[in-house]
Amino acid sequence: MTGVHKRFGATLALRGVDLAVCAGEVHALVGENGAGKSTLMKVLSGAHAPDHGRMWLDGTPFRPRNPLHARQSGVSMIYQELSLAPHLSVMENILLGIEPTRGPLVRWAEMRDRAATALKEVGIGDLDPEVQLRHLPIAMQQMVEIARAVAIDCRVLVLDEPTSSLTQRDADNLFALIRRLKSKGLGIVYISHFLEEVQEISDRFTVLRDGQTVGGGITAEATIQRIISSMVGRDVEDLYPRSPRVPGETVLETHDLAGMDRPLSASLKLRRGEVLGVAGLVGAGRTELMRVIFGLDRLAGGALTVGSVGGTASPARRWKQSVGMVSEDRKTEGLALGLSVADNVTLPQLRGLGPWRLVTPSRQAAATQPWIDKIPIKCGTPYDPVHSLSGGNQQKVALARLLHADVDVLLLDEPTRGIDVGSKVQIYRLIDELAVGDPAAGRKPKGVLMISSYLPELLGVCDRIAVMCRGHLTEARPVDQWDEHQLMVAATGQEQEA
Amino acid sequence: MSASTKNRTAGDSAESSSIWQSKWFDTASRFLALIAVFSFFAIMVKEGKFYTARNLENILRQSAVYATAALGMTMVIITAGIDLSVGSVIALTVVVIAWMLNIHWDVIPVGGGETEVVFLIHQWPVLVPILAVLVALLMATLAGLLNGTTLVGQRLVPFIVTLGTMGIFRGVAKLIAHEKDIYPQEDTWIADIMDPTLTSVDPSRSWMLLPPGVWLLLIAAVGAALLLRYTRLGRHIYAVGSNAETARLCGVPVGRTKILVYTLAGFFGGLAGLMQFSIAGGIGAPTTAVAYELHIIAAVVIGGASFSGGEGSILGSFIGALIIAVLYMGCQLMLWPKSVQEIVIGVIIIQAVALDQFRRRRMALS
Repeated sequence: MTGVHKRFGATLALRGVDLAVCAGEVHALVGENGAGKSTLMKVLSGAHAPDHGRMWLDGTPFRPRNPLHARQSGVSMIYQELSLAPHLSVMENILLGIEPTRGPLVRWAEMRDRAATALKEVGIGDLDPEVQLRHLPIAMQQMVEIARAVAIDCRVLVLDEPTSSLTQRDADNLFALIRRLKSKGLGIVYISHFLEEVQEISDRFTVLRDGQTVGGGITAEATIQRIISSMVGRDVEDLYPRSPRVPGETVLETHDLAGMDRPLSASLKLRRGEVLGVAGLVGAGRTELMRVIFGLDRLAGGALTVGSVGGTASPARRWKQSVGMVSEDRKTEGLALGLSVADNVTLPQLRGLGPWRLVTPSRQAAATQPWIDKIPIKCGTPYDPVHSLSGGNQQKVALARLLHADVDVLLLDEPTRGIDVGSKVQIYRLIDELAVGDPAAGRKPKGVLMISSYLPELLGVCDRIAVMCRGHLTEARPVDQWDEHQLMVAATGQEQEA
Repeated sequence: MSASTKNRTAGDSAESSSIWQSKWFDTASRFLALIAVFSFFAIMVKEGKFYTARNLENILRQSAVYATAALGMTMVIITAGIDLSVGSVIALTVVVIAWMLNIHWDVIPVGGGETEVVFLIHQWPVLVPILAVLVALLMATLAGLLNGTTLVGQRLVPFIVTLGTMGIFRGVAKLIAHEKDIYPQEDTWIADIMDPTLTSVDPSRSWMLLPPGVWLLLIAAVGAALLLRYTRLGRHIYAVGSNAETARLCGVPVGRTKILVYTLAGFFGGLAGLMQFSIAGGIGAPTTAVAYELHIIAAVVIGGASFSGGEGSILGSFIGALIIAVLYMGCQLMLWPKSVQEIVIGVIIIQAVALDQFRRRRMALS
């Protein structure tokens, strides 16, 4: 079999990218957000035509006219946001657009068979092809989407951040599937921010920066440090800055806190000047814990004290009590994407931004500018709509909101999910500065409660870590008493009560 | 998506495109559309009948009802909602004003004899019209409040709630009027607020320059624009429409904001009703303003608001209302049959929004 070769040289977003993916290999594509990965994908999938450069597929020139054409030629994409029809059945989804028909009628029996074959190939042959897609968990839906690619005989499969919404177990299943597809001779392009994953699954890698190929090689021969360095374009000495912190008084306390469904029981104490981490699997109830604390979900039991005030409160009250939250889902919950940076940053705290209790856009912008400079947020002006920013910068806007409101307690749910390494480091530095405070400038240390599924980050940033498992929160232990393995064991509930 | 990727990596290409993406350019292009539509009819309508002072004033008077109601509709649509009941609210207002002006009872004279009908307005000729306007505006505002509390309280989509109240308010209007037009006993100033001024046969009105109702609209529009731009409520309205979840996370009282917006929409509907009362000749017809909600929604959408929320402006909607009025007036003066007018206007509304979207997409790419 011949390998797959592609060469691009589009201007602006892509300034000469070389990428060669061989049949039967997993090729990781890494780079910061904005490095050109999405654009490269768009060119590959036929959504955009390259301005210069050429592509070959199996040795013949490949010029996809549109995504459908690319798919039929054998290049399939699995995006972060799955592109499936939730109301249709599994088999209808798999054969969408290529339904076997006789005249105007669909041949349901053949459809069922072909869907079943494709499902078997991706290792979920026991799934009923007639079940409605929306009843399946997200990991299963992803498998169905891969089955769709398999059903049309795809040659190159591109996976964009496929594990970002998966649990560890589902991710392991996915990796097993990727290896199986690889052994069948598919070329697989794997895009991820999780370099540990890249190391685990890929054979070779290519690093993109500013629309150019800046590095690459055989994964087994590269260290994570080296990959990061070439992604960022400089050496990153200290990924997790940590200044000496002095814990102060308790600012947030819960006792056997329970939500309607999750969490079942969570007790924690957050003090000023510390970062408390919450580890656990997706679905364990970490986000729900934060939502109950912030008044977004209802409290079903237990005690909750913020500062010196007990009981539940609305999000509006929480902001007044100097508590702020960054949601894990910045697109649907965290940010108003159509509004400006200044609007998003100042929304919880609009007082004092104009005369006579009015709000003037210029004062909003003036209040936002210092945070844009400090964090820093890369944007043209504070009036730019948030959707024009990259993921990392969007996340920094969500964080700047808490800084603008000057809250004492920061609730951060997956604050670095899906953002580039450079932005991550800036956010880590910010968290550290907040926890330490600056007595000289009159800024008191803050208390930070942080949820993360990325264990190295938790271990690097937090002072203490508690683990949520099936709705129960363990007691927080100092970070030096944890390692990744122990966190994983606790999160999966394998730890016996000692 | 890819355009933003390009912008990021290409550096400062945002600088050059900012003029084209600015709000001013956006409004200016709408204004150009208005001028284009106007010029078309100015040229096509024979003998310059289109740009006579009388006709210009007519366009203003016509558009005032739409534009006033569009103020509230703009806020509603910015919150990603819709208010289908506004036409009925206008009718309700018209009927309530007429009914108030027509309150009367029978009196049997002390010395006996024939019963006499006594009209309240004859007792208090100054107070009753003022009261009529206030009560009618209050009714309209309460109608809006009912919309808001129902859709927030019962967690229903605005379309369904206002579809229901569209029938309810119309029914109430007919109930009050006993399904007949109410002819008020006296001609009051309320019936005159939309009467021509500059082109009036009565020279004593020309000092006002514009009909008082149009002045009322201008004041209300400035107030609404200031509210949207410079108050906390205004910022909250945009936030709720852009992303209600985010708004909630940021401590915005989402439910209360929506209730206020629909209540304001009711109030502006009431103001529009006041004008409609005058335009309809001071008669309380419960069947007036049918399908007005559609013209008003069209005006707001042509004005640049998006049904998915977070976008829209008072100035835009104002221009949108003018465009709708010019279209209607122009089609009439072209002496096209009513059927053709309706088809032409329908096509233009669709194409105007399509063109607007196309322009925006091109801008996003540039």
